[in-house]
Amino acid sequence: MLPDKYGKFDGFGGKFVPETLMVALQELEREYKKALKSTKFKQELGELLEVYAGRPTPLYFARNLSKQTGGCRIYLKREDLLHTGAHKINNTLGQVLLAVKMGKSRIIAETGAGQHGVATATAAAMFGLPCDVYMGIEDIGRQALNVFKMKLLGARVIPVYSGSKTLKDATNEAIRDWVTNVRTTHYIIGSVVGPHPYPAMVRDFQTVIGKETKKQILKYEGRLPDYMVACVGGGSNSIGFFHEFFKSKVKFIGVEAGGLGLASGKHGAALCKGKPGILHGSKSYLLQDKNGQVTVAHSISAGLDYPGVGPEHSYYKETGRAQYVAVTDKESLEGFKMLSEIEGIIPALEPSHAIYYAVKKLAPKLKKNKIIAICLSGRGDKDIDIIKGLS
Amino acid sequence: MNRLDRKFNELKQKRKKAFVAFIMAGDPSLGTTKKLILELEKSGADIIELGVPFSDPLADGPTIQRSSERALKHKVNIDSVSNLVRNVRSETDVPIVFLTYYNLIYHYGLDKFVKKATSSGVDGVIIPDLPPEESKDLQRIARKNKFSLIHLAAPTSSRERLRKISDASTGFIYYVSLTGTTGARNKLPKEISGSLRRLKRVTKKPVCVGFGISTPNQVRSISKSADGVIVGSAIIKVIERNIGKKDLVKKVGRFVQCLALDRPVQG
Ligand SMILES: Cc1ncc(COP(=O)(O)O)c(C=O)c1O
Repeated sequence: MLPDKYGKFDGFGGKFVPETLMVALQELEREYKKALKSTKFKQELGELLEVYAGRPTPLYFARNLSKQTGGCRIYLKREDLLHTGAHKINNTLGQVLLAVKMGKSRIIAETGAGQHGVATATAAAMFGLPCDVYMGIEDIGRQALNVFKMKLLGARVIPVYSGSKTLKDATNEAIRDWVTNVRTTHYIIGSVVGPHPYPAMVRDFQTVIGKETKKQILKYEGRLPDYMVACVGGGSNSIGFFHEFFKSKVKFIGVEAGGLGLASGKHGAALCKGKPGILHGSKSYLLQDKNGQVTVAHSISAGLDYPGVGPEHSYYKETGRAQYVAVTDKESLEGFKMLSEIEGIIPALEPSHAIYYAVKKLAPKLKKNKIIAICLSGRGDKDIDIIKGLS
Repeated sequence: MNRLDRKFNELKQKRKKAFVAFIMAGDPSLGTTKKLILELEKSGADIIELGVPFSDPLADGPTIQRSSERALKHKVNIDSVSNLVRNVRSETDVPIVFLTYYNLIYHYGLDKFVKKATSSGVDGVIIPDLPPEESKDLQRIARKNKFSLIHLAAPTSSRERLRKISDASTGFIYYVSLTGTTGARNKLPKEISGSLRRLKRVTKKPVCVGFGISTPNQVRSISKSADGVIVGSAIIKVIERNIGKKDLVKKVGRFVQCLALDRPVQG
């Protein structure tokens, strides 16, 4: 199973980091491999996920949405119902547990939408660890509610003014902090990005999404879905959703941020429009200019506003295991409204991209009785201000 | 043997230590960079480390980040910096190594990069986000072209890793003095000389120390246990303070003289 011992997914991934961090990555890999085998660790994490985070989450048959498509059966995996409002908590609980086992006394994280920041601050609060979260000043403006929540949870939110002023530069700052405080600090990366072992580790913590989905869909339908659709920022909710079905015939569709349109150059669609490159410790598809300078991404949803993507997705793309498409800001708002109005579920803007694609682009082309499962990765509370500002 | 190896041999014979000066190509302009290279050599720099700016310099502190941003405004890239070196080669033989991040080189093409750099008179490269595990291809190409590939060693590196780093490095080994990013520091960790002894036990290659070094005292004391010292942010701060002023180049020269001259002779 990939990644190989170098942390590569058929050439993508690896460890492209300053030497200072190499020892920390080795330690993390050791601890995480031990944890994977430890029944005690799995029990502890399983219990936290159940009684603290609220797992399992329902797989909801969206009757009204299905009706709109004229024959497809659409299911929503309700990660929006989790504690803190998104799938991010699956990963942060796992990583904080690991940090405690490694004897680390401080937690840091980067955040875009603030969902990962809130999920990290939550887990750190519960384990009594101090927590610093790096966040681009632009995201601090557009996700004010989550900034306030992080502070309530006792975390420090450190504004990042450099470069894009969004997730990319927040990640740079978090890595710089980690290089400086590597002996005492664990860095909780929020997606399946970064140097090995992060992409594999975060994936493993997120596969609970797909494992539950499999059981649930078999119970309701007696078979696997035909399509699985999820939004792709760094790629953690999508990989977590897909991975359990890797060997099946289920078709995977990853939906990237189309921003103002792929032709505009203002988007976050690394897989659709990027080229392989190296950012934040791994080799993967990357938005860059003709000189290899990383370009600034754009998306209405802070969580998809990132020029890179996890290396396992690059592998899925190269091998054709998944198809990657893009949905624009405007279309995602349509997805947002649709789900709110006809299903009574207010989604985050990130999964609104996946909703739009599945219902408006995919379903109309399909024969009757096809099953589409969508990962509803988070709820929309954090985006209400953006929506209010638009109307 | 390239200019870098010859320089270390020469310094060794004279029982002297290397002073390595880092500046960012294109900050504040490529024209000034050329003048700075010549001035730095005159002021006592034995080796010039020339930054090729990258959008995401994650091993760098605020000073070099700002310097990269200024240089990127002029769209400086591998080609233009290589051409600058070719241009300055008619006036100096001072060893010049690039410092840049891996994506720029990967994107340019490894083979094409080494050929472009060597044919322009660049002697080697330092890539802070490329550990030896990931540098195998570049090592092979660099060796074939007598182009030095300088790896970094850190205070956290195990003995086993120090060996790996030494094996992979040509030219010299860059010892990072502290756990952190680049940037001038008033105080440096006390363990440096101990760590250097640990590194010296596994390598015969020259070792230069960088990160944080900013005062003549620090240069003197670290020169005692290393083969060279590298100063970057402190020089760039002088550049930053003098942007737009006529005597920028002279001021930088004077600052480097204070740091570079008056270093102890080995032994
Ligand atoms: C609700 C939600 N969905 C998706 C994402 C995108 O991340 P990923 O692709 O890692 O799932 C985010 C990121 O902040 C998010 O908050």
